[in-house]
Amino acid sequence: MNVSTDPAATDRPPVSITTKDACVDFPIFDAKSRSLKKTVMGLVGGNIASTSKVPIIEALTDVTLHLEHGSRVALVGHNGAGKTTLLRLLAGIYEPTRGVAEISGRVAPIFDLGVGMDPEISGLENIMIRGLFLGMTRKQMEARVDDIADFTELGDFLRMPLRTYSTGMRVRLALGVVTSIDPEILLLDEGIGAVDAAFLEKSKQRLADLVERSGLLVFASHSDEFLRELCDTAIWMEHGRVKQQGELEDVLRSYKGLPA
Amino acid sequence: MSTAPPQSDSRTWSRTFEDLGGGWRQRQLWGHLGWQDIKQRYRRSVLGPIWITISMAVTAVALGILYAGLFGNDLAVQLPYILVGFIVWGFISGCVLEGADVFISNEGLIKHLPAPLSVHVYRLVWRQSLLFAHNMIVYLVMLVIFPQPLSWTVLAAIPAFALLMANGAWVALLLGVVTTRFRDLTPITQSIVQLMFFLTPIVWIYEDLLNSANESIAERARLAEFNPFLHFVEIIRRPLLGQDQLLRYWIVVLVITVIGWAVTLFVVRRYRSRVSYWV
Repeated sequence: MNVSTDPAATDRPPVSITTKDACVDFPIFDAKSRSLKKTVMGLVGGNIASTSKVPIIEALTDVTLHLEHGSRVALVGHNGAGKTTLLRLLAGIYEPTRGVAEISGRVAPIFDLGVGMDPEISGLENIMIRGLFLGMTRKQMEARVDDIADFTELGDFLRMPLRTYSTGMRVRLALGVVTSIDPEILLLDEGIGAVDAAFLEKSKQRLADLVERSGLLVFASHSDEFLRELCDTAIWMEHGRVKQQGELEDVLRSYKGLPA
Repeated sequence: MSTAPPQSDSRTWSRTFEDLGGGWRQRQLWGHLGWQDIKQRYRRSVLGPIWITISMAVTAVALGILYAGLFGNDLAVQLPYILVGFIVWGFISGCVLEGADVFISNEGLIKHLPAPLSVHVYRLVWRQSLLFAHNMIVYLVMLVIFPQPLSWTVLAAIPAFALLMANGAWVALLLGVVTTRFRDLTPITQSIVQLMFFLTPIVWIYEDLLNSANESIAERARLAEFNPFLHFVEIIRRPLLGQDQLLRYWIVVLVITVIGWAVTLFVVRRYRSRVSYWV
């Protein structure tokens, strides 16, 4: 039964992410085992099981999650706990080595503001390319270009090649594009810094609007303030496992080690 | 345990074709990027992509004159032959060489954006096709200087180029997956491509050797038939130079296309989901 009044919502499958016992194991090929020679010689020598000698990093182990439309999930954990890997799993970039991950909905991952940016071409062209990378069409991006240009306050600089931009200006451009799209699943990784304070205030509002528009948010950050603003539930990752999952405040309390 | 673990669909045919189809649907993206790659190479230069055309013209003219002298051939025969051979070889070697690097060089994109892998392959083949188109300008100029006995059969070059593109795509996809796992294969591929350039009739004229008065040379020339690149070059060079088509070249190319895609699909099905782990 669907009581939704939004006609667009009825003919699309609901936005959700479900993982069951999902594991992400990275084989670490050292210079020797990453060559054909060694594999071939290994086969000839009859030592077929030599693949097991490749050291494996278990980045994620038995992650079972169910996120639905409307989820606003904070991702906390120490460095190397598996936050970024989990985001990439949720984005569909890493398909689980064991277990399953089902993602329905258009994903907009924002892990690195610089990726897909070309220093040699103009800011305007970069807006277009970055938008196409995020799954927008050329038409949709053309309709948004003016809005993005206004937001970035870069003016005529948008016609200059990106290599002439300062770091802060690049971040403005990237944030402008990223916050203009309509994602169904929004995955944010921290690292939205290097912007001046006034601009940050402005982008906070835009970021909040973006989160409002998106069906599902997962946000990894070390900033409690940011997390409280955007999220209501949380996942605490430790050593590649989900240590705790629940209300944001509860998880933050245990994560910080404060008495409940 | 009695309950079977949940099955992942990473290694199914449907995911394989989803990757190829999904990549195709994003043609606005790779179409734009392919152009960008071309413009990028010549940014800040005054002539821009016309340099592609100029450098091809210079190479073909210089080698044409050199080899016409060395072999004692007529320049009007040798130069068109070398030029068309070079243009076609440029496309083939571009697909193979860049294919051996296609996922490694796109590591950043693969790790940050969930796009089908085939996007990078389509982008590569499209870029090589654009280079090919730029080089065809030299061919058109050559037709004015050295008119060829062209008839309607020149149109056969169109399906021939389509076959070249279809093969470029599987070669790049297959090599891309394999070289991402085994990095030594990239330099091996480079060496082989370089070697194949000399073994393929591009600067030397195949038929001259076949009809050579020297028996042993004619005998050895026949071995060139075992070189798959020869067939690819011939199906497109012959119509462009107004020569007779030979059915066997087309058959060999078609067979390679089918087998190549079959092998590639199996490899992609099995290892597609591993590429993001390997890059």
